[in-house]
Amino acid sequence: MPTIFDFERPVIELETKIAELKSFANEKGLSLENEIATLEQRAAELKQFIYGNLTPWQKVLIARHPERPGTLEYIGAMITDFVELHGDRLYGDDAAIIGGIGRFDGEPVTVVGHRKGRDTKENLARNFGMAHPEGYRKALRLIKQAEKFGRPVICFVDTPGAHCGLGAEQRGQAEAIAKNIMVMSALKIPIIVLVIGEGGSGGALALSVGDRILMQEHSVFSVSSPEACASIIWKDSARAREAAEVLKLTANDLRGMQIADEVIAEPLGGAHRDKAEATTLLINAVRRNLAELKGASGDELLVARYRKFRSIGVHLGV
Amino acid sequence: MVFDFFKKAKYFTVKQDVKRDIPEGLWVKCDVCNEILFTKDLERNFKVCQKCGHHFRLTVEERLHITLDPDSFTEYDTELEPSNPLGFPDYNEKLSSAQEQTRLREAVITGDGSIGGHRVVVAVMDAHFIMGSMGTVVGEKITRAVESALEKRLPLIIFSASGGARMQEGMLSLLQMAKTGMAIGRYSDAGLLYISVLTDPTMGGVSASFAFLGDIIISEPGALIGFAGPRVIEQTIRQKLPDGFQRAEFLLEKGFIDQVVARPQMAETLARLLSLHERGDA
Repeated sequence: MPTIFDFERPVIELETKIAELKSFANEKGLSLENEIATLEQRAAELKQFIYGNLTPWQKVLIARHPERPGTLEYIGAMITDFVELHGDRLYGDDAAIIGGIGRFDGEPVTVVGHRKGRDTKENLARNFGMAHPEGYRKALRLIKQAEKFGRPVICFVDTPGAHCGLGAEQRGQAEAIAKNIMVMSALKIPIIVLVIGEGGSGGALALSVGDRILMQEHSVFSVSSPEACASIIWKDSARAREAAEVLKLTANDLRGMQIADEVIAEPLGGAHRDKAEATTLLINAVRRNLAELKGASGDELLVARYRKFRSIGVHLGV
Repeated sequence: MVFDFFKKAKYFTVKQDVKRDIPEGLWVKCDVCNEILFTKDLERNFKVCQKCGHHFRLTVEERLHITLDPDSFTEYDTELEPSNPLGFPDYNEKLSSAQEQTRLREAVITGDGSIGGHRVVVAVMDAHFIMGSMGTVVGEKITRAVESALEKRLPLIIFSASGGARMQEGMLSLLQMAKTGMAIGRYSDAGLLYISVLTDPTMGGVSASFAFLGDIIISEPGALIGFAGPRVIEQTIRQKLPDGFQRAEFLLEKGFIDQVVARPQMAETLARLLSLHERGDA
């Protein structure tokens, strides 16, 4: 069963009707082309209206859509010769973060990214994309290795947040995230961050300190999940929708605040409605940004990266 | 105005703040052991319970007073004031009431001074100001303090006390973790000493950025330190957390901090560490 949200029900119903009408016309050998064209025109307008005016909360829902392409799908579609690499060499391997090396446009790259499951079984195996310290430490190991071998890094961000639990605390969740932030800020290789779904709190930031933060149109990135924010501010996680409306977490909001460097368009209705098109748009953006960054020396990258993060929130209150 | 307040700093005027921490009057009950303590004795004992050793939370002013050499403090960036960049509901009121209650403009005070004769740049957070949460101004002031320490080639000491990133400034708050962490990285690459002192509580976006990036990390006894708050963890795992979980002593045992140092010995310990890092040319 595909997931359909209430707000998109009119579109889905109309699309279903058009499909039925088409097969009916085929079956009976009738010519209903005009009627079908009219309905298709109306469906397109409806889609434009509904998907073009999504509220922040609706974007959160789309960002979390179970059929939305994730890190593994994009690796499959844009990286060739991919070899997955496991483990942090300290404690274990964390399936909530995937890492490895492969080729993008024929050139070697290191890839790391959060992985949410696409079904219950995978979600359990991958802890819903919520990493433990060993996940962040694995990512850091691979990113440092990328610097050693002089290849760029592509990070996929898609997580509700870092895991909250006994083991995560015992093994230094905070230290692991802090270390990633500091080390990534000083690596002399291009780092491209792709926010492809849900970016939640420090667990997302731990893979986000790069030269470019590119956000897909319907991805979100927030200081904490809307549920956690509502629980902190209003002691009521059921007010998540309200929190989403005030957190300024959409790609466009964050572009406006100069946190996202670019918003990557998605097919109408979201990446899950046309995965091939979504992939093409993503690849084009990565290719263009990588080409820009490849011209810069390691030191130039560091200066620009420092300036990028240094300037966030600097103008306020002075 | 905080500026004037600190300029004329007489670090004995703690009475103002005592009211907030402790019920008015001569006596106060320890939150941990319920012992009734004589307020004057408690203050004389660095606000550490004489019976069980519980460390009461300090205000910035109290912290500076017990840490720095008298009259050595010069405050930085006194003019920086928080705003409401997202237009978050009720945030303006929250800021005003925190400012009124604490007489601070934000949850951190930065500056330079000396400890046992050693010059240092210090940042002190105050958990009484919206739980010491980090928004843009906290991030900016800490970053500027780190940059000043780098420029002056001085050691840096940050006393953390924070519930984490400030929700009301959204992603701008989260990105302060990157900004401060990055500044610490640069500072560290220059071969300079950063001592991080974790006090109750050091959580979330603060523990997951500059607080855990010290060359040396020390903590006050009993301080709550971690990433996720205990309530959140209990809700997630649906069981009660063991006693002492996420306390300073627990982190020491797990290898995440260098020492737990009681408040009366803190200044002396810091002075010793500073002296061990002093170079011939200093």
